[in-house]
Amino acid sequence: MLNRTLTYQLGAIVLALVFTMVIILLAGASPIAVFTEIISGAFGTPGQFARVIATLAPLLICACGLLFTFTAGLYNLGIEGQIALGGIATTFMLRLTQDNLPPAVALFLAILAGGIGGMLWGLFAGVLNIYGRINEIFAGLGLNFLADGLALYLVFGPWKRPGVASMSGTEQFPESLWLPTFGNTDASPIALLLALISLAITIVVLGRTHFGLKLRAVGQNLRASYVLGIPSIRQLLSSFAICGAFAGIAGALQVVAVFHRLIPNISSGLGFLALLVTLLAGMNAWLLLPIAFFFSTLNIGSLQLPLDLNLESSLAGVIQGTLVLFVILGKGFSEWKRGTVGR
Amino acid sequence: MRIELQGITKRFGQVLANDDVSMTVEAGSIHGLLGENGAGKSTIVKVLSGFISRDSGNVLFDGKPANVRTPSDAMRSGVGMLHQDPLDFPPLTVLDNFMVGRGEVLSKGLFSGLKFVNPDRARQEFRRFAESLNFSINPNDRVSDLTVGERQQLEIIRLLSLGVKTLILDEPTTGISADQKTALFNAARQLASEGKSVIFVSHKLEDVEELCDRVTVMRSGKVVGNVDIPCPDSVLIDLIFGKELAPPLKPVTRQSEPMLQLNNVVVKDDRLTLNMGDFTAYKGEVIGLAGLEGSGQQLLLLLCAGLIKPASGTITVDQSDMTQKPYSDYLKHGIGYSPADRLKDGLIRGLTIHEHFILRNPSQKLMIDWKGSHQKTLEAIATFNIRGKFNSQVERLSGGNQQRTQLALLPVPLNLLLMEHPTRGLDIESTLWVWQQLIARCQTGTTILFMSSDLDEIMQYSDRILVFSGGQVSAPIETSKLTVEKLGQMIGGRFVEAEPASI
Repeated sequence: MLNRTLTYQLGAIVLALVFTMVIILLAGASPIAVFTEIISGAFGTPGQFARVIATLAPLLICACGLLFTFTAGLYNLGIEGQIALGGIATTFMLRLTQDNLPPAVALFLAILAGGIGGMLWGLFAGVLNIYGRINEIFAGLGLNFLADGLALYLVFGPWKRPGVASMSGTEQFPESLWLPTFGNTDASPIALLLALISLAITIVVLGRTHFGLKLRAVGQNLRASYVLGIPSIRQLLSSFAICGAFAGIAGALQVVAVFHRLIPNISSGLGFLALLVTLLAGMNAWLLLPIAFFFSTLNIGSLQLPLDLNLESSLAGVIQGTLVLFVILGKGFSEWKRGTVGR
Repeated sequence: MRIELQGITKRFGQVLANDDVSMTVEAGSIHGLLGENGAGKSTIVKVLSGFISRDSGNVLFDGKPANVRTPSDAMRSGVGMLHQDPLDFPPLTVLDNFMVGRGEVLSKGLFSGLKFVNPDRARQEFRRFAESLNFSINPNDRVSDLTVGERQQLEIIRLLSLGVKTLILDEPTTGISADQKTALFNAARQLASEGKSVIFVSHKLEDVEELCDRVTVMRSGKVVGNVDIPCPDSVLIDLIFGKELAPPLKPVTRQSEPMLQLNNVVVKDDRLTLNMGDFTAYKGEVIGLAGLEGSGQQLLLLLCAGLIKPASGTITVDQSDMTQKPYSDYLKHGIGYSPADRLKDGLIRGLTIHEHFILRNPSQKLMIDWKGSHQKTLEAIATFNIRGKFNSQVERLSGGNQQRTQLALLPVPLNLLLMEHPTRGLDIESTLWVWQQLIARCQTGTTILFMSSDLDEIMQYSDRILVFSGGQVSAPIETSKLTVEKLGQMIGGRFVEAEPASI
């Protein structure tokens, strides 16, 4: 049975590749040229590779968080807002501490604040879901708009740059408050370390702890886990809070390692991309790193496409979306074939 | 419309739900369909109304062969079914529900071929039908605000307006008021007098005797008799149950101290109000809950398990008042619940036996002790004779082994056990094993309340029996004093002869 599932998964990936090739051909380019272009765009220079790593870190952290909510059977589409709240809380903390604390302490507090901000926002979605009986998808999407609105308000209102308020964000923080990087590139060892720690925590908690097992039970069958005596509400709320905290840290990294300021669209679609990563990984935490790395490569590598091949860089999104769609279709198809899906 | 069913056979896997069923419903008559749970009544009417496809047999409408494959085929031929749980659209208004599935096809113009409805005309038509049947429902009300009885009225009006000539009523008198029942019966008689036919599926003897002209009785998928009404109860009961009751098999395990005490308890769900009153079960006692499914047995079990709260009254288990306690306190008090739908309510798909045991034995430690719990799981698998590996996912186990796993997961020590269908779907070996285990628990003082649709099981293993019918419940009856006649009458809703509690 495992073999059949695997066959369908591989078949789905092959189909997705064929499909994207057809699209590339229709766009009038050669798939091989596109492929080499993406590879060279991502790994051609140390600077480009560093940018892949800089994208990977927050993406992996978000994907780890989403694995908690997926395990609990929840679709936390509110992750974008949780990232934004993390970014806002980080900026708030930096503005508060930048003039009176040493940079290392200020940075630490700022990232911590980001995690807490995201966590509270996630918990908010959870409370709406569990006590307000609002589907978590709608609660999350609604809160995304609120978070975006809050960021916009801050950028154009209280935190606006002296003289000019603009979409480009708040005043840039001094370089002392940027996370240290590898040489003169965009990649920060601290961000990468945080991502790897997140992954390790996720693997251990979901695979080895009572909490993780209970979360799986609740996600698979809420009613039966309640009958077995598992406090399901606490489990569900925790998964929202954990996912929010991870997303908040990712938002903090966007501020201290990538943009060095608060911008209106601080998440840059990272949360939705992480959703695709987690969907593709299924319930398997070990797959998160390779998939997140692959997606980061596609995103950075495709930036070259408009310059050299006159193709849109959004091709990366097309490939990612197609892949996820086909893999999920493959999963559904194999279950349908097995007859486990009822009418 | 005259309906003839000839040799209808329908098999679901191992179960022969309808075995060569033939019956005839005359135009202008009200035809009853009686039988126990699982006798095949629902299957045959669903075949007739196109919800289930038959394996073999013929359906004739007014003498002509009919090819009914879908509900809309049946509707076109004039057969409509009122389901036990109304199949309507609660968020919509009564009028919207009425208009669903109807309308006039435009024959010309830009939108020819599309169906359109005219709300004003529909409203007038609705009023006309409602008045002719003496139903009082407001077309502007939301269906979610209506009672079950009113939703039935809406559905009947809708079906009639679509030109139904044969109306099937599936257990229509459960959960509706006396007035609504009168209105329903009057409507059925009126339809029959207009030459339409009505098929009345029920288990309530008095309703059938009041309303029907003729009755077909089914048992284990077969037709066992056709009788004209009026007809003595005893004849019907013999046909429905058809057998002597099995002799009790259970040794005496009852002790004198009470385990479960209910005082003035009333439990409600959206369909049923169960008035339990006062009831006491003793240590080591087995109480069988008999009755047709959905008559209130499950409400009582869920209440005692702590999974629902009573509308009024108090629950005392082993001298402690549990009425307002949370479910986790029930578990701590050794109260276990074993649901009938094992993979829906009891076990978690995708998790292994081992993982179930870890979940059931909460540990304060952060990390899972895989090795220690592995050992304990192997012991439990051996003790409970579960044929499966510790890492088998529960959905891959057979029904019997799932039931063994459920039993193994019950709290220890176990004071009170609430079981739905302890042996449903199990083979004989597993059935005997399960009861051997349960009786062994009773000997150590566990009290068991169980519901079952198998009367033999209830007779064989209960000390006392409660009979449920439409939310009514009998006084407890000693199993040794029960006769098939009495049981049949009470299941059919006649409680007049029920005696007061004997202990």
